[in-house]
Amino acid sequence: MAAGTELLRETQIGRPRSGNVTARRRNFLADLLGISPTLALYGAFVVIPTGLALVLSFTNWDVIGPLTWAGFSNWSRFFSDPVAHHSLLVTFELAGLSWLAQTPLAMALGIFIAGRQRYRAVYAAIYLVPLLLSTAGLSLMWEDVLFPQFGGLAWLGIHFHMAFLNQNWIGSPSLALFTIIVIIAWQFIPFHTLIFQAGRRAIPAALYDAATVDGANVRQAFWHVTLPQLRYSIVTSSTLVLVGSLTYFDIIYILTLGGPGDTTRVLAMDMYNVGFVETEFGYASVIATVLGVLGILVAIALVRLTGFASMEGGQEGIS
Amino acid sequence: MTTVPKQVADTPASRTTGRQRRRARSEALSGIKGGSKGFHVISFILGTIWLVIVLGPIYYMVLASFRSGNQYFTANAWLPTGGLTLSSYSAMFHGSGIGTVLRNSAELTAGTIALVTVLSLGAAYRIVRRGSRYAAVSFRLILFGIAVPIQAIVIPLFFITTKIHIYDKLYGLTLVIAASLVPVAVLLMVNYVRLIPRELYDAMAVDGAGQWTIFTRLVFPMARPVLAVVSIYAGLGAWNNFLLPLILTQSNNDMVLPLGLYRFATNSEYGINVPVVMAFVFFTMLPILLLYMVLRRQFVKGIGGFALR
Repeated sequence: MAAGTELLRETQIGRPRSGNVTARRRNFLADLLGISPTLALYGAFVVIPTGLALVLSFTNWDVIGPLTWAGFSNWSRFFSDPVAHHSLLVTFELAGLSWLAQTPLAMALGIFIAGRQRYRAVYAAIYLVPLLLSTAGLSLMWEDVLFPQFGGLAWLGIHFHMAFLNQNWIGSPSLALFTIIVIIAWQFIPFHTLIFQAGRRAIPAALYDAATVDGANVRQAFWHVTLPQLRYSIVTSSTLVLVGSLTYFDIIYILTLGGPGDTTRVLAMDMYNVGFVETEFGYASVIATVLGVLGILVAIALVRLTGFASMEGGQEGIS
Repeated sequence: MTTVPKQVADTPASRTTGRQRRRARSEALSGIKGGSKGFHVISFILGTIWLVIVLGPIYYMVLASFRSGNQYFTANAWLPTGGLTLSSYSAMFHGSGIGTVLRNSAELTAGTIALVTVLSLGAAYRIVRRGSRYAAVSFRLILFGIAVPIQAIVIPLFFITTKIHIYDKLYGLTLVIAASLVPVAVLLMVNYVRLIPRELYDAMAVDGAGQWTIFTRLVFPMARPVLAVVSIYAGLGAWNNFLLPLILTQSNNDMVLPLGLYRFATNSEYGINVPVVMAFVFFTMLPILLLYMVLRRQFVKGIGGFALR
């Protein structure tokens, strides 16, 4: 969104050009024809649902029966629901650990594939592959790699006497969340690597020249040139990691359904269970609203904190 | 003082500086800020480790898919020794109802691509021309959608689709998925269409071309590269989508691939046969992987979405 706001300002899109009344009316007509279909579809299935999520949180609905007003009862339930609080905690844990797992590694790999060596172009092409796979497909793939006794990792553990590899990675309460975080990282690090690759390539060589003239060594060049120059990449990537993992659902649903116990029951999973399993859609809408607000707040906070909005003329960009 | 630069230019010290500068430049291009060979070697090794991590599970899956149910338990898990077979693939074609699922996914993907590209190009053209306040307000509203997590609106989506009777219909699912992809698609399009020089519009207007002619003869042909990018973005979003089909469809007739895959793997009859599941998974990945080999550049931009500009 921030990128778009910047675009608004940069191109001054949205400031109607002056013209006579007939021309303006004709323009308005063309806009109406050009934009309205998009807006209708988007309005019906994105804008209205966003508002409706909040409205539904003040109702009770179980699909079969009629919709009834519930006042604040769903909300007060949320504030005293230990399961929801636990879910909130697991969600934050997942988001924080995902950030730790993804951002530094993605930065290192992004800088690596920003290099112009031919082998790195080949590596970069292969690094992207996880992003092409459906979450359902890659989850099932990982499930079998990690399967205790018979999976690929367990096989290595058994044949090379590394017993620690032969674990119940997905089924054990102490390992499940960790395993989920690793699989999510495997899926999304390539995406963030792309961001850092573009950011690294946009740093002018002159900055490294200057650093070299000043006698900077490798480490100093990284801390004083690369890292500050990558700040917008870091903000973009961190925002997307945090927002993405606060709302994460797919892999958890496919592999654990929130279990074992409720060790991986993140907020989105909690919402699904409350809504689509227990058919308490009013209360589930409270959780959904919290989810949405959390995501949007994190995005805004990061944008504000780091001055993302003032990034015009930054060094980032691809192509 | 004025002669100093000349003198400096001839000293060995300055030549070292020049060499350093050249090296710095090549390092800057190479992406490594290290000067030493050792640094390159370490980078190579670490980069290769990640390559193995990326390819390892995929290789394991492909290998497992060429085993029979029995071989899977006895044969080497990582080396293609001990006999390979296509039996899992034939089992997949016979037992999984893959035909319907495949056709549904193809329809969903084609429909989504068509909707998203046509709608977002039309909107982007009018937004870039900034003819009225309506265009400006619409653009702001559409950008807001990028911040809305889809997980937060699945319940209202379920509510709406059941109320207007497009629940458990493939076209209903297509509409919802297309709508969810609109914000980023419009942003990608606007980013591209705004690069068309205003002189071209003006020249066509002078020749008496109307808005529609300008759209079909200028904007559409010029936007072809970004149409490919948006198509890939929309296509992947539809082909791989799991959450929306899970929420908005129910019957086997409307089942799409990712959901079919999940149901198949959790089905007690087939799900325990790992090689067949792996064959199914690999089979659904194959079309995308093949396309990726041909259209790598467009994929990078389509996947990068709005994060890469």
